[in-house]
Amino acid sequence: MATELVKKENKYHQAFEALKTRKPSAAWVELVRDSAMDRFESLGFPTVSEEEWKYTNLVQLARESFDIASPVDDLPYSGEQFSFPETADSHIVLVNGIFRSDLSTTTDLDGLVALDLFEAIADARYSKVVRNYLARNANYHERGLTAFNTAFLESGVFVLVPKNFQRDSPLQITYVADSGEVSTANFPRVLVVAEENSSLKLVERFVSRGSHPTFTNAVIEIVLMDGARVRHDRLQQESPEAFHVATTSAELGHGSSYNSTAINLGGRIARHDISVVMNREGAECRVDGLYVVGNNQHSDTHSVIDHKQPNCNSHQLYKGILDGNGRAVFNGKIFVREGAQKTDAMQTNKNLLLSPHARVDTKPQLEIYADDVKCAHGAAVGQIDQEELFYLATRGINPQLGKSLLTYGFAEEVIGKIGVESIRAQLDEAVLTQIHAPLPTEG
Amino acid sequence: MTQRFLSETRMLEIRNLHAAIDGKEILKGINLKVNKGEVHAIMGPNGSGKSTLAKVLAGHPDYEVTAGEILYEGRNLLEMSPDERAREGVFMAFQYPIEVPGVSNAQFLRLAYNEKQKHLGGEELDPLEFKDLLKERAKVVEMDASLMSRSVNEGFSGGEKKRNEILQMAVLEPRLAILDETDSGLDIDALRVVAGGVNQLQGPENAIIVVTHYQRLLNYIVPDYVHVLADGQIAREGGKELAMELEEKGYDWIKAQLHENASKLAPAN
Repeated sequence: MATELVKKENKYHQAFEALKTRKPSAAWVELVRDSAMDRFESLGFPTVSEEEWKYTNLVQLARESFDIASPVDDLPYSGEQFSFPETADSHIVLVNGIFRSDLSTTTDLDGLVALDLFEAIADARYSKVVRNYLARNANYHERGLTAFNTAFLESGVFVLVPKNFQRDSPLQITYVADSGEVSTANFPRVLVVAEENSSLKLVERFVSRGSHPTFTNAVIEIVLMDGARVRHDRLQQESPEAFHVATTSAELGHGSSYNSTAINLGGRIARHDISVVMNREGAECRVDGLYVVGNNQHSDTHSVIDHKQPNCNSHQLYKGILDGNGRAVFNGKIFVREGAQKTDAMQTNKNLLLSPHARVDTKPQLEIYADDVKCAHGAAVGQIDQEELFYLATRGINPQLGKSLLTYGFAEEVIGKIGVESIRAQLDEAVLTQIHAPLPTEG
Repeated sequence: MTQRFLSETRMLEIRNLHAAIDGKEILKGINLKVNKGEVHAIMGPNGSGKSTLAKVLAGHPDYEVTAGEILYEGRNLLEMSPDERAREGVFMAFQYPIEVPGVSNAQFLRLAYNEKQKHLGGEELDPLEFKDLLKERAKVVEMDASLMSRSVNEGFSGGEKKRNEILQMAVLEPRLAILDETDSGLDIDALRVVAGGVNQLQGPENAIIVVTHYQRLLNYIVPDYVHVLADGQIAREGGKELAMELEEKGYDWIKAQLHENASKLAPAN
């Protein structure tokens, strides 16, 4: 095992050297990439002996031989097929982490800045702010996978939401993981800076293409300055064979508001680390999610909500639907630091097991170092309620359809939070397809 | 009623029905005949088996029928699954309606309606068409339109839940409706609305069985026959005046009578 890892990491090392020749950058970026590669080589892939990875075994991922994806030219798809009616005019597509202006539609951004992160680094207008915030919240010194992503920084997206910017229509970023003919690894990287009192709706969508397994290792950092508001919908819809690890790091300024809904529709392994740091007073966040796993799929959500300052609210609802021998992990930490008085923190994790072979490991955790706070957390694991099923049956709804309806209802509490109507509609369908239960319930 | 019309007018026939839950016998030989166009009241003290009877008719899986039979329009009801019974026109209004989070009342009702239509070869309705039908039927129970887009029964008051049961009845148009303690937890205004809804739905082609502890509801839904249950058996039968008599004398009267009968029947030694 260890030798295999070293060999793979050697392969990754060669790819890293090639990248540096192919895409040189500013001195500070070279420094970041070098030190990140250094950290990855010493940390490697996390193993189950680490508490944070106790239930998610990456041996399979570490063993698989992934090439570092190189840019693909002739793509058998257009950008439009990944966008929604609400996002058709503001849609950025990354293929294997590389910004594709040929697939993106950014004609109508109303002054919102969204461009290739690597270009932003080289652009005098943005280089300073990028340098200020890139790799500031997504810590690569202690986390091997974040280091791995950071080392392979060569493109990605930089979004700057100007001061007081307001706009109804969302910006969508689609991440296509395309294996082509070989198993490939890709490292999308996004930095969003929402300036004072600005507002942004952001949709992230992860999909995969190609006949071989893909390995996506994505990092998005979101900075909310004072009074900024960000509504963030995240859809993980890669193939059931995909390996997906991702980090979302949000830093919240004074009186800012961050709302996130993360939908995870499975994968061989799909892990999402989300952290929200409330750095200033009066911030609030909602961090919600839904994971749906079927046979041979594994979902893992680790969340950290860090209340560092007084008068901040956080509200969290994660739900899981597990079928077959699917497995899921939910680990949610809430820290209330010393002095973070009048904190209001609430966390709930509910799971619905549709099969006796499914398994979920849930662990909500509260660590409180302040004395005037309101905190609550809870976790539940259950099955389809027989009385509910009987009630539906007495109205003529057969048990199979009833089971679908109840499952749909269970998911709806989270799906209903998504800000874009056509995404909600698509997800209703996707959830039911995932559990093999088509259902006529629109309206 | 002459014999030759019986097969056409008979809605339900229960013969010597015994039923148990967790091995404990609750119904101990019930006999009951219900014809089209009739309203029957099943009364009885707590624990007499009246809710069990309602649940057995609806097909609740926790209850085991240990003896006897139930014929619904001449067919063996006990061989039909609960959802099949519903599609064939049997409806039970629950004493404690179940909440279905995340599913809107309109979605739920349309699904139920279309399942029945599909089964009977009728026309299924799309959301818009169904909205019109729902609006029309909601008048029967004077129900607020805002309750249609909310999750089924979730956060409904007791009265709203009971109205919602009758709304479902109005949408599904059952031939045999069983109202299980529909009056419990209702104030007098809600009771009037719910009973008014039931009366509007009653006609010559369907039948209603009202299960209730109190005579109160029967002031509004007037029964043709009253059956009084005690200890899993029908202890007394009569017309609507029996309900009045019960109200006056209380259930102890029935129990005492039952006891008396039992000792008469017991072999003398």
